[in-house]
Amino acid sequence: MLENTPKEITKRSALVVNPAKTCQPIGAMYAALGIHGCLPHSHGSQGCCSFHRMHLTRHFRDPIVASTSSFTEGACVFGGKSNLKKGLETVFEIYNPDVVAVNTTCLSETIGDDLTEIIRDTKIPEGKHVIYANTPSYYGSHVNGFSNMTKAIVSHLVNDEKIIENGKLAIIPGYVEPSDMSEVKRILKLIGIPFIMFPDTSEVVNTPNTGKYEMYPDGGVTVDEIKDLGNCEATVAMGKFASEAAAFELEKKSDVEAHTIKVPLGIKATDDMIMKFLELTGKSIPKELETERGQLVDIMVDIHNHYHGKKVAIFGDPDIVIAMTEFAISLGLIPTSILTGTPGNAFEKQINEMLEQAGIEDAKVKASGDLMDLHQWIKNEPVDMLIGNTYGKYIARAENIPLVRLGFPILDRVGHSYFPSVGYKGAMRIIEKISTAFLDKYDMECAEEDFELVM
Amino acid sequence: MKKSVEAYTLEDRKKHIVVKEKNKEQGIKCDQHSISGAVSQRACVYCGARVVLNPITDAVHIIHGPIGCSSYTWDIRGSLSSDSEMYRNSFSTDLQERDIIFGGEKKLAGAIDEIVESMSPQTIFVYSTCVVGVIGDDLDAVCKQAEKKYNIRVIPVKSSGFAGSKKDGYQAACNAIISLMDDKEYKIDIKDHRTLNYLGDFNLAGEVWILNNYFKEIGVNMITGVTGDSTIEKLKKAQNASFNIVQCAGSSIYLAKMMEERFKIPYEQVSFFGIQDTANSLLNVARLTGDKKIIRDTEVFIKQKKADIASILQKYKEKCAGKKVAIYVGGGFKAISLIKQFNELGMTTVMVGTQTGRQEEYDTIKELAEEGTVILDDTNPTELQKFIKEKGADLLVGGVKERPLAYKLGIAFIDHNHERKLPLLGFEGAVNFAKEVDLTVNSPVWNLVREG
Ligand code: SF4
Ligand code: SF4
Repeated sequence: MLENTPKEITKRSALVVNPAKTCQPIGAMYAALGIHGCLPHSHGSQGCCSFHRMHLTRHFRDPIVASTSSFTEGACVFGGKSNLKKGLETVFEIYNPDVVAVNTTCLSETIGDDLTEIIRDTKIPEGKHVIYANTPSYYGSHVNGFSNMTKAIVSHLVNDEKIIENGKLAIIPGYVEPSDMSEVKRILKLIGIPFIMFPDTSEVVNTPNTGKYEMYPDGGVTVDEIKDLGNCEATVAMGKFASEAAAFELEKKSDVEAHTIKVPLGIKATDDMIMKFLELTGKSIPKELETERGQLVDIMVDIHNHYHGKKVAIFGDPDIVIAMTEFAISLGLIPTSILTGTPGNAFEKQINEMLEQAGIEDAKVKASGDLMDLHQWIKNEPVDMLIGNTYGKYIARAENIPLVRLGFPILDRVGHSYFPSVGYKGAMRIIEKISTAFLDKYDMECAEEDFELVM
Repeated sequence: MKKSVEAYTLEDRKKHIVVKEKNKEQGIKCDQHSISGAVSQRACVYCGARVVLNPITDAVHIIHGPIGCSSYTWDIRGSLSSDSEMYRNSFSTDLQERDIIFGGEKKLAGAIDEIVESMSPQTIFVYSTCVVGVIGDDLDAVCKQAEKKYNIRVIPVKSSGFAGSKKDGYQAACNAIISLMDDKEYKIDIKDHRTLNYLGDFNLAGEVWILNNYFKEIGVNMITGVTGDSTIEKLKKAQNASFNIVQCAGSSIYLAKMMEERFKIPYEQVSFFGIQDTANSLLNVARLTGDKKIIRDTEVFIKQKKADIASILQKYKEKCAGKKVAIYVGGGFKAISLIKQFNELGMTTVMVGTQTGRQEEYDTIKELAEEGTVILDDTNPTELQKFIKEKGADLLVGGVKERPLAYKLGIAFIDHNHERKLPLLGFEGAVNFAKEVDLTVNSPVWNLVREG
């Protein structure tokens, strides 16, 4: 499919070819699903909503529902106020959620609908809640959408006053898989730290099969827990791009100290997370985690020669790519092409610092890039492996390099929503994938005399 | 706190649902916009336009709008190509805030410049999305200017999502296609009575190819699928056909009508899903040539084909007969052909729904349906769950969003939409269809799913 990609790079400023990002509302929708009993509502035409649901459904292989204001031409002329008011009424009447999380779309943003005013004017049933976030897709990416809705959870639901300290940590896991959220929770429990995680999509988008369809599955942070966030000791926000804004909001609103760390992917980032937990709570590291870490180091030692010195390209969402780049360096891999579709100077700055520290020169690093950029880089400076989401498969095939799937979306494999990539266990899983991908390729392609049983 | 959603049915929705009863005049409310606040499964104008135009393999498809509309439609339809793969790439103007404020025309012109420079395409389709409709970019002007500048075709497709439904998108696409076809240079003087175009098939899983093989066997000549596995050049030659046949009417009847008007090409509706429909349609094609030899050859061919698959189909029939089916698909036409196909396998349809079915189609569905069958227009997961359970369906036929729902309910599922991997058309398709039904309905996994 990519036979048309020219090797010679010409400057593009208007055209995006094969995007490495998508639009804000889908991220907002994903964040909203991390609230228990929440129905995301898309304020715009039904087409957008349909696309967002379809995409999330393909990634998670679970039913994803959301309602829409179903704009018509009239709404575009007169504004979408009546659509939203009617929409909210309908939603509470038929679908009976605890919370409705409204996101805007390009269309309602362009028309200039004022959500604050519309929702103030809408009668919301007793005990029910409506939160909302502005998510225009002509700014940022799905990661910003996630960040905006996560922040909205704080702005609209957290109690203003600190009542009593609850002794808990507020944890914002970032735009990661439900399995990753579960893993962070497991680690917190092992250390013995009480916490409130938000959003928390585990057991919402990876539900067990019971022969029954639950519109509002068991998982998700409850409204009561959210209200209590202001009483937490401190916030640990994982990933600057997806989580920091909400942590700052909570700090501003309720004086809960914000701490931003990387998404805990890889050995160093997991160490950092655990250190942060210990520092904030005065707890000590439990034996189990020490053992897990030791096992991780053991695997790294056992098979370091499988991938040491290989060149990799890494792309996807900024928080994931930053952590993955750090991890890759610690494994002895050489990241030479690193790209995200999401805009933000902080990305390039952070990656370049890591590369400099590792003494890696001439790597290509770009925010607001697309996959044609990445492909052209690889054509000019070949790599041995690609790490990123499903959309990397075109480049992987064109250049005959293995793709290790990581990030969002993954549309062609299973497992991502059930097995973590974060924590020591997650790091082991990523190493297994990297090593297996190299060796599988070698086994299929090597000369007969090089084909070996023990590797 | 755990809630299972009651089968709330909104008053407004009641008119969109009927249960078939004998000898009773029953109308269904359809052809309407989804109500605000509904969890509608429907898509938009742009989506419709993209479905129809995307399979034109050597064209560049630029989505003029913010990034999402383009990301979500990147290579998600299984239309196959025997030639260029250009159409599978995603091109977008990725509009930013300043473009929304100052207009996106300049960026679009720039994007066309950049694409011409790096990939030198012969034809570009430019789709407008909602925002572009609102900010009022003059798509026509930008496209016209680019055509002049580069001496290629740059065709605007006006597909702002809010301006109607998926159907309006089909129409916008058909307008674009006819403007492409109307090229005097490609017109020949004397038409061959054996040539046809095949409209309303997008070559999912290679279905156009199957049919083309049949055509070769019976001695008719297909100029092109429209738009399955088509190229710009083939579409320009389409005006030379003696007649058109239309598979998916919902998307392409409008084009057939325009071609009749403009190029004097008569058309006929066909269906190549299911054995009986395939046989009838092939005979119909043969008759349309008015060629006695072709008619005779076709009769022989059909007989042969039917004999070839009879025993294997019988095997599947034994395994599937008696199972109950729920159908929820895009168009009414597809629903109709599915009901017939399940009948051929001895299976009963207990629920039929469509996203955009027309009144006539619902009438036909009612005629075909058994007593007690639930018929729905533009439904949602809650309703689907309710009727699937109530009617005890063993299998749901639907699209992307319905698959996980069916699985959660512990029933089998078939994608009869763009995610299908095996061709379901023609005689081979009938076998594949039976095979897929068997694969899923008779899988041992359902035994593991606890009854909820
Ligand atoms: S219009 Fe905006 S919100 Fe809707 S799909 Fe397109 S980019 Fe996303
Ligand atoms: S913005 Fe409009 S055109 Fe784009 S997906 Fe949404 S409804 Fe469709």
